[in-house]
Amino acid sequence: MNLFVLLKMVPDTVEELNVAPDSPALDAEFLRFKLSDPGEQALEQALLLKEKHGGTVTVVALDAPEVDEVLFTALAKGATRAVKIGGDWSRLQSFAAGQILAAFLKAAGSALSADALVLLRSQAIDDLEGEIGPYLADELGVPYADVVTGVTVTGNSMSIIKEFAGGLRGEFTLPLPAVLGIQSAEKPPRYVPIAKVRAALKSAKIETVDVAPPARLARFALERMYKPEAGGRAQMLEGSPEAVADKLVEVLVQQGLI
Amino acid sequence: MSDAILVLAEHLRGEISEITYAMLGAGRNLAKALNAPLYAVLLGSDLAPLAARLGAADKVFLVENPQLNLASAGTAAALLKELMAQQQVGLVLVGGTNVSMGIGSVLSVRTGLPFVNFCKKISWDGALTCTSQLFGGKILADVKLTDGRGVISIYPGSFPAEAGKSEAAPTTVKLELPVAASTVLFKRYIEPEAGDIDITKQNVLVAVGRGIQSQANVALAEELAQALGGAVCASRPVIDQGWLPLSRQVGKSGMTVKPRLYLALGISGAPEHWEGMQGSQLIIAVNTDPKAPIFDGAHYGVCGDALELVPALAEKIKAKKGAA
Ligand SMILES: Cc1cc2nc3c(=O)[nH]c(=O)nc-3n(C[C@H](O)[C@H](O)[C@H](O)COP(=O)(O)OP(=O)(O)OC[C@H]3O[C@@H](n4cnc5c(N)ncnc54)[C@H](O)[C@@H]3O)c2cc1C
Ligand SMILES: Nc1ncnc2c1ncn2[C@@H]1O[C@H](COP(=O)(O)O)[C@@H](O)[C@H]1O
Repeated sequence: MNLFVLLKMVPDTVEELNVAPDSPALDAEFLRFKLSDPGEQALEQALLLKEKHGGTVTVVALDAPEVDEVLFTALAKGATRAVKIGGDWSRLQSFAAGQILAAFLKAAGSALSADALVLLRSQAIDDLEGEIGPYLADELGVPYADVVTGVTVTGNSMSIIKEFAGGLRGEFTLPLPAVLGIQSAEKPPRYVPIAKVRAALKSAKIETVDVAPPARLARFALERMYKPEAGGRAQMLEGSPEAVADKLVEVLVQQGLI
Repeated sequence: MSDAILVLAEHLRGEISEITYAMLGAGRNLAKALNAPLYAVLLGSDLAPLAARLGAADKVFLVENPQLNLASAGTAAALLKELMAQQQVGLVLVGGTNVSMGIGSVLSVRTGLPFVNFCKKISWDGALTCTSQLFGGKILADVKLTDGRGVISIYPGSFPAEAGKSEAAPTTVKLELPVAASTVLFKRYIEPEAGDIDITKQNVLVAVGRGIQSQANVALAEELAQALGGAVCASRPVIDQGWLPLSRQVGKSGMTVKPRLYLALGISGAPEHWEGMQGSQLIIAVNTDPKAPIFDGAHYGVCGDALELVPALAEKIKAKKGAA
């Protein structure tokens, strides 16, 4: 199979997020970027498909801080090729990102071969302008499914599992080539020892390609970005673990829970 | 009068989804502010009984076609585009759910209208301002739709469903619209895995998130749950790591739970998790990050290491119970 995995870097929300003083954007100074969880899952699903059906896994990312490390990690995990699309994409929104990625996939020629499958995550925490998957599939003129948690390929078609809610899922079929928004891979993402990533750093290489940026990076102007005011703030219990445990027991007794 | 506002009425297995009422409620307020009619559209089969429940809309359009049950984003968007042109619709509301996700994005590409995701508040002051929550609820963003036209994805749980429920019998209009054959075909539902424990039936839930750090530590939570006479459930990353079975997941894709006590350990409180547990009677959160969004909704909070607190708490609860 001709597998493509589109990897998106997102700010690590474990770090404090601050809004830049002069514009409606995150303050870049303290941001740490990481590959999103579902991005890890999309990569894992592609690697599983490659193991089963053979072929290649090409990981693709738009340039972003820390992206090289993520691409080398993907190579160490078993991806065949890593491609970085150069440019300043810090103000990029989904629709334009879809256009750029579509342009890359079309230019890659083989991209839309009968056995091509493009995997990405189904939604990102910063997708204010929409999910990229459906934009991309529309640009490429291929079918799309999202919130996918399982993929079984048979010849030129596949069956996928999509999540709804409450644990309910549905099975759908669609032909290849296609774009899939992955929510979870069939297995937990594999672990790769740091030594293997270092080896990849020495032996493998990241290809850099240029794609003409679209006329507009975003379809609407953001008015304002701000932190939510803490709504009903929890009553905080303080002290040593022992002291806090005592206070919690008191609360639980009051509430008739113990 | 302005162009109409259209709600894509979501339904699943013969039931109108809650998000539909939330959208109708939001739509009603907008219709008043913009002096515009409020329409709803149902796509699928056996729609008449569903339409009867959408009395909050001025008019309900029915597009009957079995191919439209769980239609792909492309198929649904093509129809909506047609409907927008035919019925002079300027603003479309879609559900930010796993069922409807994607439809709004494609509709916006096809119509050239802007799409606003994760919207939790809409206000009107001559222009439409949508407030969206980003980065797992840590940041809000305001987007202006100056001419009031666009496609908005409504975030579940943000608008009251009650506001969109009405006993009135709506005017229904059957429409014959061309349905493009889709290559994405629905085959069957897969029922939730029964699992060993039904977390929706528990009085007490001890929920573990990524902050629990390892599968081995899940045992600490198990012990606490046992002391409390409850069960352990989890956020998505814990399930995705395979530390607990899928039947224990709480949230958007997982279960909706309403226990008497929800004790959240190492859970940040992302909107997709919040969606599944916000109805809990008492929420206690333990998190090392004082700014974790979970503290904004919890009743009691502990800023600290769950791994240190949990064993101490389990011991004290056991001691208390033993003494009682
Ligand atoms: C379509 C879709 C559907 C989704 N469905 C669901 C769903 O059903 N359920 C769900 O949960 N998520 C769902 N998600 C994912 C959701 O967006 C979040 O990514 C997820 O809820 C985060 O889980 P978490 O809080 O465990 O992890 P994180 O957000 O990583 O938070 C971990 C927290 O642990 C704290 N911490 C770390 N160490 C400790 C310690 N020692 N003691 C105490 N605290 C500690 C950290 O401060 C942090 O706040 C969905 C996402 C999408 C896009
Ligand atoms: N800047 C980007 N670089 C590479 N891939 C991206 C980028 N933006 C989005 N993608 C891919 O598209 C997926 C879905 O994006 P989104 O719709 O933004 O969640 C991401 O997880 C990536 O797989």
